[in-house]
Amino acid sequence: MEYLELFFKSIFIDNMVFATFLGMCSYLAVSKKVATAVGLGAAVIFVLAITVPLNWLLDQFILQPGALSWLGEEFADYDLSFLSFILFIATIATMVQLVEIVVEKFAPSLYNSLGIFLPLIAVNCAILGGSLFMQSREIPTLGLATVYGIGSGIGFFLAILTIAAIREKIRYSNVPPPLRGLGITFIITGLMAIGFMSFGGMLTGGDEEETKEEPSVMLKETNNNSLTSSVTVEKENEKQTEELADNTTKVIE
Amino acid sequence: MGLLSKKDIALIKDPLFDNNPITIQVLGICSALAITAELEASIVMSISVLFVMGFGNVIISLIRNIIPSKIRIIVQLTVVAALVIIVDLVLKAFAYELSKTLSVFVGLIITNCIIMGRFEAFALANGPWRSFLDGIGNAFGYAIILIIVGFFRELLGSGTLLGIQVLGDPIEKTGAYAFGYENNGFMLLAPMALIVVGIIIWVQRSGNEALIEDN
Repeated sequence: MEYLELFFKSIFIDNMVFATFLGMCSYLAVSKKVATAVGLGAAVIFVLAITVPLNWLLDQFILQPGALSWLGEEFADYDLSFLSFILFIATIATMVQLVEIVVEKFAPSLYNSLGIFLPLIAVNCAILGGSLFMQSREIPTLGLATVYGIGSGIGFFLAILTIAAIREKIRYSNVPPPLRGLGITFIITGLMAIGFMSFGGMLTGGDEEETKEEPSVMLKETNNNSLTSSVTVEKENEKQTEELADNTTKVIE
Repeated sequence: MGLLSKKDIALIKDPLFDNNPITIQVLGICSALAITAELEASIVMSISVLFVMGFGNVIISLIRNIIPSKIRIIVQLTVVAALVIIVDLVLKAFAYELSKTLSVFVGLIITNCIIMGRFEAFALANGPWRSFLDGIGNAFGYAIILIIVGFFRELLGSGTLLGIQVLGDPIEKTGAYAFGYENNGFMLLAPMALIVVGIIIWVQRSGNEALIEDN
């Protein structure tokens, strides 16, 4: 339940691109073709799934106030949390380098499709943002941190895939010249973000306090609901973006 | 010309409009969008970026000849991260409330593409003084967009500027509210930032034909 909730939440409600605007730079730069967008999206899922749990471990055992107590009593008062930026980014940069080497060695075909995007990812805000949100939201276990990483990655993947598809279509429309390229992409992203806001109340029925007090039977029911809803949501999502594309082309006409 | 030659002035002036980091170079969008619901937050964010950009460019430019090119990205990230930690600690000490509003976005200055982009494109090939001017110029270009977006979103969204009510009191119906004006709460929500930036791009490009992209 907990896992599913976080998974669903990190994909739709706290979507990296539409809710927190992370990874916007590469989202705008690499979304001209669907094929490259898929490559970047896959690389982001991959790297987030590795770095978020790793940074969770670092946070738990090195950075948090009192986290060093496993070294001995005298280290219990240490608070190294001010070092978290530098440690997180170093982890991400080295992991990206390491992943690149390993993938190149053992899966050359994967390397050919992901290869050029991996160095780009080290400076993608979505990756560092994933780790920083993981820290500030105080995700309790390693499993949940992994789920959070994968979920946010899938959220980014969905976003970049849909915008790339829309941008491929919009090439045939008559956009006002000053809006061409960047301008229209911004406005479409804004409209898509408004669409994604409608997922906001889905998980808890709009009231988080209430679900905690409900008995376990009710919880099971909501569990089933969220399962089915996540499936329907994906379908709706596709429809919605198609509609959005239609609407924008109509507006432009 | 003394301290600033013509080329130096161009370094500062170009990024303000014709080569703006946000609307033309498409760098550093993430933070520009997320924290602009209030004017105050946008100003503080701009000052932080100004500090990190200026000094980061100088440091990278000073050590540019001893960085091995293979690990330069990690070196650059470490320099930025150190500067950002300073900004973060200063904000926590002197403006705690504001640092809560900015939350992780101070940390995300590290991966702000403007900074890495300018390191790669400029500081690695130029001397410290010119790099400093370039950093300052780009940070001002970034600041202009942030402040414009923050201004409109706060004014239209909550009727205030820097927390001061400029359009009268919405509850007691004074000022503009006496004539039936209402705040547009939608401006405070995240998607409107994107649309406001889109409109800025539109206005800027219709004024300058050379910037228009191919379809």
